Amino acid sequence: MPWTKIKSDVNEPNYYLESDENIRRLSYSEAIREAMDQALELDQRVFIMGQGVDDPGAMFGTTLNLHKKYGSQRVFDTPLAENALTGIATGAAIGGMRPVYFHNRPDFLFLAMDQLVNHASKWYYMFGGAVNVPIVLWACIGRGWGSAAQHSQALQGLFMHIPGLKLIMPSTCYDAKGLMLSAIADNNPVLIIEHRLNFRHKGFVPETPYRVPIGKGIIRKQGKDITFVAISHMVTEAYKAAEELSKEGIEAEVIDLRTLRPLDEEIILRSVSKTGRLLIADCGWKTGGITAEISALVAEKGFEFLKAPIRRVACQDVPTPSGYTLEEAFYVGSNDILNAAREILQIR
Amino acid sequence: MTMNLKKYPHKLLVKLYFDMLRINKVQLHIESLYHLDEMKTPIHLSIGQEAIAVGVCANLRQNDYISSSHRGHGHYLAKGGDLKRLIAELYCRETGCSKGRGGSMHLVDTSVGHMGSSSIVGGGIPIGTGLGLATQMKAEDRVSVIFFSDGAADEGALYESINFAILKKLPVIFVYENNQFAVCSHVSARQAGEIIFHKTPHDAMPSQAVNGNSVMDVYEATKQAVMRARQKSGPSFIECKTYRVRGHAGAGSDEKLGYRTAEEIREWEAKCPVRAFSEILLRDGVLNETEIQIMEETIDCEIDEAFRFAQRSPLPKPEDVTKYLFCD
Ligand SMILES: Cc1ncc(C[n+]2csc(CCOP(=O)(O)OP(=O)(O)O)c2C)c(N)n1
Repeated sequence: MPWTKIKSDVNEPNYYLESDENIRRLSYSEAIREAMDQALELDQRVFIMGQGVDDPGAMFGTTLNLHKKYGSQRVFDTPLAENALTGIATGAAIGGMRPVYFHNRPDFLFLAMDQLVNHASKWYYMFGGAVNVPIVLWACIGRGWGSAAQHSQALQGLFMHIPGLKLIMPSTCYDAKGLMLSAIADNNPVLIIEHRLNFRHKGFVPETPYRVPIGKGIIRKQGKDITFVAISHMVTEAYKAAEELSKEGIEAEVIDLRTLRPLDEEIILRSVSKTGRLLIADCGWKTGGITAEISALVAEKGFEFLKAPIRRVACQDVPTPSGYTLEEAFYVGSNDILNAAREILQIR
Repeated sequence: MTMNLKKYPHKLLVKLYFDMLRINKVQLHIESLYHLDEMKTPIHLSIGQEAIAVGVCANLRQNDYISSSHRGHGHYLAKGGDLKRLIAELYCRETGCSKGRGGSMHLVDTSVGHMGSSSIVGGGIPIGTGLGLATQMKAEDRVSVIFFSDGAADEGALYESINFAILKKLPVIFVYENNQFAVCSHVSARQAGEIIFHKTPHDAMPSQAVNGNSVMDVYEATKQAVMRARQKSGPSFIECKTYRVRGHAGAGSDEKLGYRTAEEIREWEAKCPVRAFSEILLRDGVLNETEIQIMEETIDCEIDEAFRFAQRSPLPKPEDVTKYLFCD
């Protein structure tokens, strides 16, 4: 097993290393590309497929020129046939390969729901452990710039509902690489939902391959007064809000969940037991979404810790509008987190 | 049927008959006990379609793949799937092929290349295509056979998969088991004429339609397709024309539903592929009555044993309900 040689369960040493000049920095897309490059190098079973993975855009740069290095058998463009190609990836995984199937947008996964949900996510359980499906699906939320209702959906709530499917949403360059390597090494179907705004980041990324644990959240900022639970791009927003509160002498603890399924319940409950206050921030819809799930978790298992009602910061329950004035009203960010936090803390 | 069987090895002919008879008898036995409600799983019998599973699988090696559907008992057995574990699965036992987690529609036996069947109509088609892709990428000597029926042929997944199989020249064989019905809906109510893949350019994907009730016709058509796949020349398409003589699900005939006539069912029952083949074998002196009698008894014994095994096997424990969610 080539993957056993890679250091596993490695966590980012420090969230904001802005001041340190000497660390190795990569852009978000370079970090993912490096993971892909190293996985292809390491394991002959790994291959990359997706619409445009070998074109100049190269899936936001994450697969740039890998077809030149590894050949078009291992890095290939696909027909626009998301459902069958997901099934084909599933079949290839059952046949002993490790496919990574890239999509520009989660919206397109709706065409692949049958194979992803009915098949890949069920196979291991349905056959009593006889066959497992090591595939990775990757898709990037396309917020902003008028992307509108069919090119911007944040569908983590929907996918978190599915037993048998692991769901990852990284927020840092370090995790984008380390979680991708973990996803490829994992023996189960893993969906990675990325966020377009994360691609603005540049951050610390060690060159040697490493794996960030799946199913483990991380505390990005310690605090004692209130817990912010966030994912993906909302971690950045929550962190900003926490820094703002810091100036007022209020210490928010910021948890980056990184994985939604399996969910790190412990990190949430432990933090809430300390702070007694919880705010959950998601870049998807509110109803039936991940903020609802985490609220229910804390209501069931941590009610006695709560000193104030839970608040949720999530997108409004409408399709994403295109025009920027409406987009502005639709999306949530650090200000919304700040306002909600002040309400919880009863300060203004 | 006027067919010259002389060119075939005796052993092959006997095997074809034995396998068909066995599949037929296993299903008749399941059917006869189904009313007891001890097999708490929806069964879809392939009585009358035995020739397709057997004629195809007789061309395959143990490590070749098959992909199957909700109506998959025949495929499973023809490929060499373990009978005891099949019956135990119907009885929802821990010793079942899917450990009581799958049921009749979700059979698996990886030791013979059966990697799991789907009950989503058409769902197994992309997966079988993907098994072909894995085979090609790993430069293995295998073929991947996909069994699907006319309902599945309505699905877009078939078009998407065939396009990809042709594009990549995958060692895949699409076996279109046209039994004419999807539940109560006749294929003519759903498809505008002959399936379009018969029009595919020959060098891209040869296709042919054969009598699905003739095991030798199915065998011959598959032989060519397997050869093509092993030579890495790409996929093939075989339509096997047949008929679902039993009701869609459960035991017995459904003629009282009135969506087809009793005469039509009788007509097709008269074309039973197992009986038809036995007549030829007897006529040509390949087998005699005594030999067939011995086969019947051998199979009956095996079936009894399999049912006893299933009925005596332990049930899955409630505390194991979360087992097998994820693979370590
Ligand atoms: C995608 C999907 N749609 C509908 C069903 C319900 N259903 C189960 S079997 C069946 C008929 C399938 O017909 P066909 O593919 O011809 O197979 P057959 O039952 O005749 O062997 C239907 C509609 C299903 N299981 N999956």
